[in-house]
Amino acid sequence: MSTPAERSEARVTSRVVVDVMPKPEILDPQGQAIQKALGRMGFAAVSAVRQGKRFEVEIDGEVDAAALAQVEQMAETLLANTVIEEFVVRVEQ
Amino acid sequence: MHSSAARSARVGVVTFPGSLDDGDAARAVRIAGGEPVRLWHRDKDLHGVDAVVLPGGFSYGDYLRCGAIARFSPVMGSIIAGAGRGLPVLGICNGFQVLCESHLLPGALIRNDHRHFVCRDQWLRVENVDTSWTQDLRMGQEILVPVKNGEGGYIADPETLEWLETLGRIVFRYINGNPNGSRDDIAGIRNEAGNVVGMMPHPEHAVEELTGPSVDGLVVFTSVLGGLLAPSMVTA
Repeated sequence: MSTPAERSEARVTSRVVVDVMPKPEILDPQGQAIQKALGRMGFAAVSAVRQGKRFEVEIDGEVDAAALAQVEQMAETLLANTVIEEFVVRVEQ
Repeated sequence: MHSSAARSARVGVVTFPGSLDDGDAARAVRIAGGEPVRLWHRDKDLHGVDAVVLPGGFSYGDYLRCGAIARFSPVMGSIIAGAGRGLPVLGICNGFQVLCESHLLPGALIRNDHRHFVCRDQWLRVENVDTSWTQDLRMGQEILVPVKNGEGGYIADPETLEWLETLGRIVFRYINGNPNGSRDDIAGIRNEAGNVVGMMPHPEHAVEELTGPSVDGLVVFTSVLGGLLAPSMVTA
């Protein structure tokens, strides 16, 4: 049996954030709808809104280069569609 | 008629969680003279089908992106492999989105430019008949089938749009109005070999006078059946 200290050590996780945004040249109807709503609410200075997605990926243990490469691969294959979206991967401190 | 053939062609219809039009697609296959075979998203066995239809709906709740999670389902692994060997595959609406997410077809489908869900009868022009699913249609033929989507805007980079055009990969084009902002009025495209076709409108909803605006959609299904039966007709 592991001691409580060992168990808490085993549960150390790190968070890697993946931000996904539609490419600049891709029409973003959702962002446009939000911008119009903001205008109706009185936020007159808003000239554009673009809507994206943020993924928080919890990784067991410390994030090393291999773990980061894995998250890059997740983003490339599933989290983002690189035909229409771009993504940024970063470790959250 | 092909009814004298030893067996009717078996066309698989995939059901993902959230599929809606799998029943109608199977029915269209039957009305066209084929034998529909229901395929389950978690089963990678294609049960020896001769062709596959990926139906409309909201696979996996449209979570993440339309078709993105379906693309990694067990059945899709087998379908992607089969498509590479020439298995005829038709993706309708959500099925088209799955084919684009699978990279079996280029480009992507994004939210309609006018932001509304659209559901109406839509005229299409047949732009290519050199595919498993359109070989019994005529070039330039105009057909009327329902279109119903929220994220049906076809998009690709300018280079891709250009070679789709020059290589004859555009199979259907919207006429009398573009319902969703698709680039170049693209309603359906094909792969290089012509066995894989994706289309946003719904031919499976236009196979009977009673329930459809026409029976124009039936030819999509008889096209694939005719192609599948041709070899056995030769040997018969």
